Amino acid sequence: MGDHHHGPAKGFGRWLFTTNHKDIGTMYLWFSFAMFILGGSFAMIIRAELFQPGLQLVEPEFFNQMTTLHGLIMVFGAIMPSFVGLANWLIPMMIGAPDMALPRMNNLSFWILPPTFLLLASTLFMEGGAPQAGWTFYAPLSTTYAGPSVTYFIFCIHVLGLSSIMGSINIIATVMNMRAPGMTYMKMPLFVWTWLITAFLLVAVMPVLAGLVTMMLMDVHFGTSFFSAAGGGDPVLFQHVFWFFGHPEVYIIILPAFGVVSQIIPAFSRKPLFGYDSMVYATASIAFLSFIVWAHHMYTVGMPVAGELFFMYATMLIAVPTGVKVFNWVSTMWRGALSFETPMLFAIGFLILFTIGGFTGLMLSIAPADFQYHDSYFVVAHFHYVMVAGAVFSMTAAVYFWLPKWCGRMYNETMGKTHFWISFIGFNLAFFPQHFVGLAGMPRRIPDYALQFADFNMMSSIGAFIYGASQILFLYNVIAAIVAGDPVSDEKVWDGAEGLEWTIATPAPYHTFETPPAVR
Amino acid sequence: MGFEAKRLCKLALGPVLLLMSVIAMAAGDEASEYNMAPGVTAVGHQVFDLHMIILGICVLIGAVVFGVMFYSIIYHRKSRGVTPATFHESAKVEIAWTVVPFFILLAMAIPATTTLLNIYDNDDAELDVVVTGYQWKWKYEYLSENGENVAFFSNLRTPQTEIHNTADKGENYLLEVDEPLVLPVDTKVRFLVTANDVIHSWWVPALAVKRDAIPGFINEVSTKATEVGVYRGQCAELCGKGHGFMPIVVNVVSKEEYAQWLATKQADAAQIKKLMAQTFTMDQLMERGKEVYEVNCLACHGAAGEGGVGKPIAGSAIATGDIAIHLGIGINGVPGTAMQAFGSQLNDLDQAAVITYQRNAFGNNMGDMVQPIDVYKRKKG
Repeated sequence: MGDHHHGPAKGFGRWLFTTNHKDIGTMYLWFSFAMFILGGSFAMIIRAELFQPGLQLVEPEFFNQMTTLHGLIMVFGAIMPSFVGLANWLIPMMIGAPDMALPRMNNLSFWILPPTFLLLASTLFMEGGAPQAGWTFYAPLSTTYAGPSVTYFIFCIHVLGLSSIMGSINIIATVMNMRAPGMTYMKMPLFVWTWLITAFLLVAVMPVLAGLVTMMLMDVHFGTSFFSAAGGGDPVLFQHVFWFFGHPEVYIIILPAFGVVSQIIPAFSRKPLFGYDSMVYATASIAFLSFIVWAHHMYTVGMPVAGELFFMYATMLIAVPTGVKVFNWVSTMWRGALSFETPMLFAIGFLILFTIGGFTGLMLSIAPADFQYHDSYFVVAHFHYVMVAGAVFSMTAAVYFWLPKWCGRMYNETMGKTHFWISFIGFNLAFFPQHFVGLAGMPRRIPDYALQFADFNMMSSIGAFIYGASQILFLYNVIAAIVAGDPVSDEKVWDGAEGLEWTIATPAPYHTFETPPAVR
Repeated sequence: MGFEAKRLCKLALGPVLLLMSVIAMAAGDEASEYNMAPGVTAVGHQVFDLHMIILGICVLIGAVVFGVMFYSIIYHRKSRGVTPATFHESAKVEIAWTVVPFFILLAMAIPATTTLLNIYDNDDAELDVVVTGYQWKWKYEYLSENGENVAFFSNLRTPQTEIHNTADKGENYLLEVDEPLVLPVDTKVRFLVTANDVIHSWWVPALAVKRDAIPGFINEVSTKATEVGVYRGQCAELCGKGHGFMPIVVNVVSKEEYAQWLATKQADAAQIKKLMAQTFTMDQLMERGKEVYEVNCLACHGAAGEGGVGKPIAGSAIATGDIAIHLGIGINGVPGTAMQAFGSQLNDLDQAAVITYQRNAFGNNMGDMVQPIDVYKRKKG
């Protein structure tokens, strides 16, 4: 048995060849943070240009490259890999498994990511520049009218899809086969449940995205006309296929965030999660509905009215399971014994701001009103409330919550709370005014705007700079904790935390649950 | 719970009233900088009302949810020494908050459906206008019987100096065009929306119209403005580098004024037709060519022909080479590049003038010219 308890290998080889779920999780988390900073710096360029009317810093071509890469890198490079990293760290520890089911594939699915994003970022230096058609890259702007970088972009999307599919197969295999005896499905922590459902969504829609970019490749290089009416194709087909991937994609991003918050709120309310069963069913309903609402992103393309009505009703229905979730979280807090450490602050921030994003989502689902909202800054505000205040806040909460367990050292609580308040204020200052300019008629993705939008845009830019700067504090706090934080040896770390991951030693040993734990 | 529930109601009521009054204020403000404008169409007013109703419902629900949450945050803190309750499920409550929202949604769906059906009603239009999106301008063609022959492009009029901050920005910065769309008031107008290159989207908030312009397909959408005025909008679908620079201006005028305007446009068109048969001097062509160049070519080829997205014109092999090839590129464009076929966008005179200008400006000194008749012959093959 002695040989079994070996530690990690030394040097760079440890990371390159590792099959350990904790090492791979760590790499995913650091990589996604690096991408968050890169995508964030592009956002800073966008907001700097939009600080005042007129073109000051960049030309429109470059501005479009920034909006495109900002979206792509944040979605595919920052948010998705960060939750895969979290899954790697936590799923085995939460279900009492020694590691992920497919450790070598786990290694591969991570290591194909960095070169892919390097390639994507390198298109900035190509002749003709990086892709400029937005993260939704609608044809024919992204095909017939695109520069040579589109081919590199297509290749990158293929590889990212591969990575995601491998990651999700691994999660499905792990959850289905490696639960400790007694860990029935309805005993699994909600984070595991949301990831299991997310993994199925990923396996279902990533191939659709791959098919889409393959059609683009054919149109660009092999003379087909999938998306060109001149050759018998249809540009709107692109949008249908894209959003058939794209709508489940937004739930792929937000469901694990729901899972995180469902772990954190009970811990700091010192009270079990309210309505566990209904949370599971609500998650599954949201996942199902996500497949039949895609065309609500396309109300203005000229669909028949019957189609509009179907997609409107289906989309409105999503408010029901989403509402159930919010009500359950609030009921969990009700008559608990609340305390407000940094993870809880971010979880509550998530709860408030995600709910606002949900409300604007409901407004956007109303097709006749969407004719005014569509492609305006109202939409930009809506999805940043869901993506940033939803996914990123919950991810930040997760790091503060589990970091002491991972590295056995505590972050600085005062600095953590400061980080929260600066983030919260900066975020709202950046994105709340965007509702107003959107309603007043400012289209999205424009490098310059009319004078009546000037005040709110300046406010928005200042807020964005504040939010961006607050991430430096986060980085410092995390590094300082890892290097020199106060040691924590308590297994539970937080007095209200429940679950198998809090039963192992702190810091979490390199190998855990080599013999399955007993599950009550 | 009873006592707490009562306090909760009181607590929630304050913010609700506050928010509702803010919304009521916003609703009274016609051309708001922070809310949707009801606009000048019946459908637009319906859409606005719908928007305000849904916003109101969301604010109410939000006030209740956040009220309960903040009550917990304030009164159920560990620091107050409370003991946490242990309840964690209730089928009754779960069913209630599944069913109640469903009926709220149903109540929203009814007015939404009615409004949507109104938006889709394109019958009995009195005037048809074809709207075509180009990178980066709009083309308008009138289709009604007495409107034939009236077709024109509508380009951004804001000068580059204002965009690049070397001149003060005017009141309608980026929302002004050289030739606005003119429509008669109280007339149902049907737009047939399409595009020539990539997808654009024709959006005028005050007319409550946003419809994608898709190359190869035609979308229809109607509006009926009830007030005379100038209404401004922009392209709403990312269409390349000029996406932020292709505004829409709609001039809604009285029916009499509209008839006059139409007559003038038709006279102009007849005049231009006559001009096509004439022969021009170098100076005339150069003068006209400069204007055409600045509107149509400058964005890609540069103010001094130095190039940019497009190739340089100053000293280029094309502009200083065979005149027939040069003209052919002007008319047919270069497939697979951003160089468009201007044969369908410029009249023969403007086409002739701009080619002449390119061959004799920016240090190019070919001394040759193209006459409108040459363009006509070339187009006929």
